[in-house]
This record gives sequence, structure tokens and C-alpha cells, in this order.
Amino acid sequence: MSAPALERPPAGGPLDPPALQRRFDATIAAGQRIEPRDWMPEGYRRTLIRQVAQHAHSEIIGMQPEGDWLLAAPSLRRKAILLAKVQDEAGHGMYLYAAAETLGADRADLTDKLIEGRQKYSSIFNYPTLSYADVGVIGWLVDGAAICNQVPLCRSSYGPYARAMIRICKEESFHQRQGYELLMTMMRGTDEQRAMVQDAVDRWWWPSLMMFGPPDDDSPNSAQSMAWGIKRHSNDELRQRYVDMSVPQAEFLGVTLPDPEIAWDAERGHYRFGRIDWAEFKRVISGDGPANTERIARRRTARDDNAWVIEAATAYAAKATRE
Amino acid sequence: MGDEETVYDALDSAHDGDGHWAFGTGFDEPLAGVDTTVPEGIDAGDLGAYCLMLGDDALVLAQRLTQWVTSSPELEEEVAVANVALDLLGQARLLLARAGSVGVLGRSRDHATASVPDEDALAYFRDPDEFRNTGLVEAPNGDFAQTMVRLLVAATVRLAVFARLRESRDPVLAAIAAKGVHELTYHRDHAARWVLRLGDGTAESHRRAQDGVDAVWPVLADLFTATAVEQRLTAAGVAVDPADVRDEVRDVLRTVLDRATLQLPAWPADVPPRGRTGGHGPELAELLAALQGLARAHPAATW
Repeated sequence: MSAPALERPPAGGPLDPPALQRRFDATIAAGQRIEPRDWMPEGYRRTLIRQVAQHAHSEIIGMQPEGDWLLAAPSLRRKAILLAKVQDEAGHGMYLYAAAETLGADRADLTDKLIEGRQKYSSIFNYPTLSYADVGVIGWLVDGAAICNQVPLCRSSYGPYARAMIRICKEESFHQRQGYELLMTMMRGTDEQRAMVQDAVDRWWWPSLMMFGPPDDDSPNSAQSMAWGIKRHSNDELRQRYVDMSVPQAEFLGVTLPDPEIAWDAERGHYRFGRIDWAEFKRVISGDGPANTERIARRRTARDDNAWVIEAATAYAAKATRE
Repeated sequence: MGDEETVYDALDSAHDGDGHWAFGTGFDEPLAGVDTTVPEGIDAGDLGAYCLMLGDDALVLAQRLTQWVTSSPELEEEVAVANVALDLLGQARLLLARAGSVGVLGRSRDHATASVPDEDALAYFRDPDEFRNTGLVEAPNGDFAQTMVRLLVAATVRLAVFARLRESRDPVLAAIAAKGVHELTYHRDHAARWVLRLGDGTAESHRRAQDGVDAVWPVLADLFTATAVEQRLTAAGVAVDPADVRDEVRDVLRTVLDRATLQLPAWPADVPPRGRTGGHGPELAELLAALQGLARAHPAATW
């Protein structure tokens, strides 16, 4: 639902006239959506571009850890599933960059910022995928965490972002189900396969908890984003929801989560869990994870080595327009 | 957070029964529920061998195209190239399963355990000399221009063959072909559009596209010569003699290259089939090592 009648500022008038601000505030307060042509405060626009771009970058960089297993997938069915999933991620990146473009950003420029390290992506994708069980665990835990983060965004105050998230969440939840099914199959397989699954869970559990971002008392942008309806729940709330969902799934699967402090807290109605190593989180997000350099290098190579293709397509389109 | 629970519920039921998800990513075997009886008068061994030829072409080309995923020129192309690879992989699975259903499994069953389905036994547990793909699909990708020229040629040939196979006396093969025609029409169109853009784009893209054509053309030499299996099955109304699609393929390629302002090289003289009888270069061994390594390292595993 877009805000009705536009109240344009008089020529030469102030950029943020109080009437526009009031209308924007009322739209947010009523739980309605801001649409691209609506007036919005510059801070809202900037924050959204940053968040949507970071999300888009995460989808695109996120193709790589799993993409590394595309050629070697151990059955044709698993290969088809993985190929379709990686393809979906490229599609998610496209919708999200398109949502960012409705805010005045430019996809090529955002890609440059990613490659130059001026914009971030989810730190989870800086960990390597060491066995095929990692493909399943990424589906179960990483996509599971992404879903917890993203379902509330289907009600984000910015229309194009909210609509993109609905489709993305549907696809992510299919990926999660496929990942979990791979792990179930592997757990029914050989001892070696069961060990692969446990090892992958050991490596991915803590990084997946970090996907919800820093704890609430150390999350500088959260309060404003919540007020704007860009974010709907705090990092710690979502993290707790994820733990509560994952613990019984781990039991059903027959794996042990690598945290001896996990225990049901009947009083709170939630699972307790141990302390997250935030120093590691900061290290990885600031570029010092196991695979940061490789991830960005591949994006850079794809852009630079194929620049001639884009130039050709542009030149051809220009000729076609002239004719 | 109560109001979001309905979204979770909706997600849970979002996966059933709609055609939204890519073929082959569900939970069924490729030929589940299909009557695989071989019609009278068709030699099962020949039919299986022919399915391997067509299936291996698709599998090997899918693997080549997959090498572009995460390295494509644009996001739209990531999606497109993965889509083409996924279609071809789907065709490969159906054709390998068809070969398995008529008992053509070669030596693969000596290596694969019983839990491995036929399609995977054939894909993962045959050695290079048992593969029946043509040299066209196994050649390395080269740059993006060469990749698209190769895809144009491969899709043009395959579309011409599949269009005729819709009339095959083997109903399974005919059904696989009917599904494939829609996919291959898109593949050929996608590749042709790129060849036009690159051939008639910039000086650099023109040079690269021409180099791609010149690199791909020699591999066409054994594309239109039939094996004994193809000849027998063509006579029986099951297969297509590749010589019968030669003129159509040449017309299409001549038209596209001409419009792309590219020079059409001389057509190479026919040579006896190589890849179709198991003759391959070291590139195929390398490609298969990447494809098969993990599955072979865990022969008793289930995936």
C-alpha cells in the first residue's frame, strides 16, 4: 500500500519539509508500505540501500561455497538439486539488486563496492566447504538462520524489499528442506558419512549463530532500523528463535551441537546456549576469515575477464536501437 | 512474534504439487511410473547404446556449462547458463535411466554397489572409454564466445535430432525427445543471441567470436557420420541418422553466422565416428575425474 497524495516541496524549498516527514511517519506507524516514488528521509534510503545491497551481495557470494561442489556432486539428483539452488541464489541477488535500484542505487556500482571491500556480505560465506555434508548443513543451518532473519522482512516497510523477501523465503525454505533431507540420507548411510555430517555441524553451528549479527547491546544501527520498520525483531530475539528451532532438529537428525551449555530452560520456555566468540565474528567480517580473499577474487575475475562481453552487448544494443 | 507463524506455516506447505521447482530436484526417480517395456522388434542392446550416446552428450555438456556458474559475465547469464545445464542434466538422467532400464550398464555395475541407481552407476562408474559423447561437447570451454558458439552448434544439432525423435518407435525415447525439444529451442535461441551480440558487437568481441568459430569447427568432422548402432536403429524407426540433419544444421549455422557478420569456415570433411565409439581426448578423462571422484571414493555410500 503506498502513501496517498504526494505533497511536493515548493521549488527551492527545504528538502525535508515537515509535511512530508509527517506523512512518512504516519505511513510507517500505520504499518503500510513505502513505495519507490514516495518521499522518504535520506537516512531511511541510505540504510535500506546498505541493507539490501549487503543482502544481495550475500546471495551472490553465497553461490560460491556450495558452487564449489557442483562439478563433484555425488549423484545426478544431488547435482540437479544443487545446481537449481545455486541458480536460485543468483535469482535472489537479481531481485535484491533490483530492489536497491528502486532506491536510486546502481547494480554495477554496488558490485564495484563489494569488490573494493566498501560494502560487506554475510560473514558466514567466508568459511570453506570441506565435504559434501557441508552442502546439507548449509541448507539446514545457514538457510535456516537466513529464514529466521528474513521471514519478518516480508513485512518490511519498504514495498519492493518486502515483496522480494516473500519469494526468496519460499525458495529458501525449499532449500532448507532439501539440505536436511541430504543430511538424513547421509546419517542413514555409512559410518564415514555420519562422521562427515557431525564434522560439518561442528564447523558451521557457531558461525550460523553469528548470522544474526552482534548482540543487541552492541548493535549500533538496530534501534533506528526498528523504528523505521526496516527491521522487525532484535538480533538476539531472532537468534533465540533459531536455537529453539534447531535443537530438536539436531536431536531428530542424531547429531550433537558443539555447545555443552545447550539445555532447555523451562522457566523461560527457551533453550539456553553458550557464549558466542564475537572476536572471531569481528575478525571474519573485517576480512580475515578463511576464504574472504578467494570469494572476492572470483567476483573480481568474473567482472574483469568478461568486461568485453558486457561492452559487446551494450554496443550491439546501441546499434539495434539506431536501426 | 506470533503473527509470523502463519508465514512459517505457508512456507511449510509451499513445496507440494506445483510445477514451480526445477525438474529432477524432487524426490522421485527419473522414470518413476513410466512403462519401460521395449516394443517388439527393437534390439534392447542397441536402444540402450543409443540412449548412452544422447545421454552422455547432455551430461558432458552440462558439466562444461556448470564450470561457468559463479564466473559468468552477468547475473542474468548465471541464471541462464545454470538453466541450460539443468535442462541437459535432466535429459541425461532420463536417457541414462532408459539405458539402465533395458539392461545396458556396461562395466558400471562391477563397481557400483546395489544401492546406486542405474543413472548414477552409468554416470559415475564408467571409465572414459565407455563414454559415447561426441568430441564437440567434451572440448574445453575456452572464453565466453567459444562457449556460446559451441552451445549454438550443440543445441542446433540436438534440436534437429530430438525434433525427429518425437516420432521414435520407442515411446520412452519419444517422450524424452518431446520434452527436450522445448528446452533445446530455448538453448539454441539463447546461444544464437549471444553469437549475434558478440559477432556484431565490438572489434574485440568480433575477433573472439571468430576465434571461437574457428576453434569449434574442426570438431564437427564426425558429427554427421552414423555408427552401426545408429544405422540399425534408424532402419528400425527408433533413432535418427545424423547425416539426415546435416543440411538443416548447416542452414541454421550459416544464417546465424552470416547475421553475426562472422566468417563461415569450410565444413570439415566427414570422418568415421570417434567419440560415439569411445575415442576421447585427455579432456574427457579430466572432466570425468572431477565428476566421479567423490562418488567413487565412497562406493558404499547413499546420497
